[in-house]
Amino acid sequence: MKSNRSTQEPRWVRYSLMAVGLGFLFFFLGLPLVAVFVEALAQGVPAYVEALSEPETRSAIVLTIGIALAVLPFNIVFGVAAAWAIAKFDFKGKSLLITLIDLPFAVSPVVAGLIFILLFGAQGTFGPWLADHELKIVFAVPGMILATMFITFPFIARELIPLMQSQGKEEEEAAVSLGASGWQMFWRVTLPNIKWGLLYGVILSNARAMGEFGAVSVVSGHIRGETNTLPLHVEILYNEYNAIGAFAAASILALLALVTLVAKTIVEWRMKKETEMLNTVLAPEKTQ
Amino acid sequence: MVSKSQRVLPGFGLALGYTLVYLSLLILLPLGGMILRTAELGFGQVMDIALSERSLAAFRVTFGASLLAAMINAFFGLIVAWVLVRYPFPGKRFVDALVDLPFALPTAVAGITLATLYAGNGWLGRYIEPLGFKVAYTPWGIVVALTFITLPFVVRTLQPVIEDIEIEVEEAAASLGASRWLTFRRIIFPAISPALLTGFALAFARAVGEYGSVIFIAGNLPLISEITPLLIISKLEQYDVLGATSLAVVMLALSFVLLLCVNVLQWWTANRHKNTEPLEVAAGRAGGAQ
Amino acid sequence: MSRLSRSLSALMLSLVAGAALADATLLNASYDVARDVYKDYNPMFQKYWKQKTGENLELKQSHGGSTKQVRAVADGLEADVVTMNQANDIEFLADKGLVAKDWTKKFPNNASPYTSAMVFIVRKGNPKAIKDWPDIAGPGVQMIIPHPKNTGNGRNTYLSAWAWALKQPGGSDKTAQEFLGKLLKNAPLFAAGGRDATTTFMQRKMGDVLITFESEAEMIAKEFGKGEFEVVYPSLTMQTEFPVALVEKVVDKKGTRKQAQAYLDYLWSKEGQENAAQNYLRPRDPELLKKYATLFPAVRTFTVDEVFGGANKAFATHFKDGGSFDQIYGSK
Repeated sequence: MKSNRSTQEPRWVRYSLMAVGLGFLFFFLGLPLVAVFVEALAQGVPAYVEALSEPETRSAIVLTIGIALAVLPFNIVFGVAAAWAIAKFDFKGKSLLITLIDLPFAVSPVVAGLIFILLFGAQGTFGPWLADHELKIVFAVPGMILATMFITFPFIARELIPLMQSQGKEEEEAAVSLGASGWQMFWRVTLPNIKWGLLYGVILSNARAMGEFGAVSVVSGHIRGETNTLPLHVEILYNEYNAIGAFAAASILALLALVTLVAKTIVEWRMKKETEMLNTVLAPEKTQ
Repeated sequence: MVSKSQRVLPGFGLALGYTLVYLSLLILLPLGGMILRTAELGFGQVMDIALSERSLAAFRVTFGASLLAAMINAFFGLIVAWVLVRYPFPGKRFVDALVDLPFALPTAVAGITLATLYAGNGWLGRYIEPLGFKVAYTPWGIVVALTFITLPFVVRTLQPVIEDIEIEVEEAAASLGASRWLTFRRIIFPAISPALLTGFALAFARAVGEYGSVIFIAGNLPLISEITPLLIISKLEQYDVLGATSLAVVMLALSFVLLLCVNVLQWWTANRHKNTEPLEVAAGRAGGAQ
Repeated sequence: MSRLSRSLSALMLSLVAGAALADATLLNASYDVARDVYKDYNPMFQKYWKQKTGENLELKQSHGGSTKQVRAVADGLEADVVTMNQANDIEFLADKGLVAKDWTKKFPNNASPYTSAMVFIVRKGNPKAIKDWPDIAGPGVQMIIPHPKNTGNGRNTYLSAWAWALKQPGGSDKTAQEFLGKLLKNAPLFAAGGRDATTTFMQRKMGDVLITFESEAEMIAKEFGKGEFEVVYPSLTMQTEFPVALVEKVVDKKGTRKQAQAYLDYLWSKEGQENAAQNYLRPRDPELLKKYATLFPAVRTFTVDEVFGGANKAFATHFKDGGSFDQIYGSK
């Protein structure tokens, strides 16, 4: 705190960076967001609320959140495991492995959906076998979950790898050499260190899971009230000249993206409480 | 040193094994299946599809616009991440939360909204077009859409890393007499450049595959503003699934090579920075250089 | 724990009850703007079927781009019936053996219960005096249409203009292609779809003419107001069909042939035809056509079968890779 000046940029630099950064966000994020809400509220709040209370819209919201929640644990476990292996150990072919993890981003979402049709569709590799066993993957929720997993699984890993890389492994090594077990080390040292990265990763993959259109659209079958997620529903509503409904539904997705705000606040608040507790525990010792 | 740390830290086998199995099941198996199906066409035919004038023009537009968008995001993303982590200002939490918006908004909505904003009578277009600069329905529209769609990548990969930089090192550098700019160049930038490259690579990869938002603002004129994913859809409209996947496979191969280059570069910068210059040493050097 | 199991069993019960309510379930896979038609039609048919057989039918809808939908059906989406807006899409299902080869004969009127026509939408007062196809191909006119290669709407426009040029004195495939070349030069962009073209024209105020389905004009009026535009009928335009078919494989497997057949037959009933007319689609019933004459002015139309020898052939000649559209843009 004392040497604020030495670790801060000169005032004019600070202000110009803020102007550039916030200006960029205003034009590229703020305006589109405002435009979405302007369209959604074009006929006032009652029309907005009415558009959202349609049963098909509500079932789309439930399905969208459900799929995002179903995908999340897989992404977390994979992300942490992959980042641990990649960032903390040296082995051959690491760059190749990272590139493989990046690959789903480069697959056009429509193609990502198509891949699963080629595998599990009626004319696909496993199609006849699935049909014989009365199993349904594509044009049903399992296929939609698979497609979403494919689209979103790199996020947490890719968020954690550079972070863990920059943190190095000294702290974990110290913990282990002090006799901590693997799990203890993970819960006490690694997890607290990576929590922000993990949180950002979760938020990003969640946002993407809820907003994904292309891949899910190919495997969903678009059955209204059954396999229509919110983004698919938005497209249908828009095509039906129900702009209010479409943009209202889109605004819900935008609001869901803002849960970041809530999640981050909660984590920060809990951390603050923890350090306070720690301080009260440690305080008497200090005075001695 | 390498072997020692591998012995010290637990979980390598488990973590890597799990990663490989998961990756194989979810990525390699499906992608491999797609490549095998495409192979039915034969190499010659796949190349004919990929090297047609139409496809080449689309590849140029797609990869060019994606690179540009990723670079725009790398530059502004770095500033945004820095501002969000380091500077206090009112409404910061809200702005921070806003960054994820492009992921949550369905791509079509993003495309429609951006086209409306940048059209001749839009909020932005009405000021830009009189200057002789058209965005909507030109390749610039594609760049704008891709910049929007991939905006979170750089910001979100940089934020935790910037948060992690220990202020003490900067203080040390400053106390040794390094200017702020020197500290940034010698200490901060090397520390965040791997993450910056990661963000750039991810933004680029995602931009290459993007379809939903682009078609609404691109104009989709053959040879001018057609992107490769549009050609893929066009094949699908002709019920030509294999034609579509062969374009996808070629695109995937190109992206793979580019991503691999970026990742090797990223790994190289990270290692160089870590092996040769611990932060404290760098701080000393930055100070001493003054 | 007991509370959990109780709520679980309640959930199961409600699921079972929901299933028990319906004696049979039909899935209708439709093109993307079909909702308004079937929103009213489905309850109508449910009531009719209940009265006739005492069965409770559950009707599910799936909406999406026409070609996307039939691909999904071919890949395993278990739709009992398909109600599309492009004949070549149903031909595709026939090729795959999911739909009867002679599906056009299974129902009257080429298996298309209603039709529409491609029309011009111009700005109020028609400032560019656009009356017919050549007026759009002239200099200084901009036309907004969806992508002619990738969307049904765009393809219909393309074929309409082609047919018009073909029917001019001395018209041939060559002159038609030249005419299309001139026409397409006036397209500053190709919209992503029909709805996007409308937004571009009406909201973003781009272009002088929008070409779309007659039925869309009323949708546009609903969203943007009636006084904002005028509808112009060209001297010749395409009668667009909305073909329907039974997905034989699915109805046999699910045992829903009877219900599915009745569901489609009912489209030709007085009620079904009236519903189409109320959704601005031209009914086949001549009496109703007369009744709604103000909505559907007389217009000279052609069908794809007459001019192009069938939907599949038209598609292959003009919209496949290397077809006439690609030739106009000078690529193979």
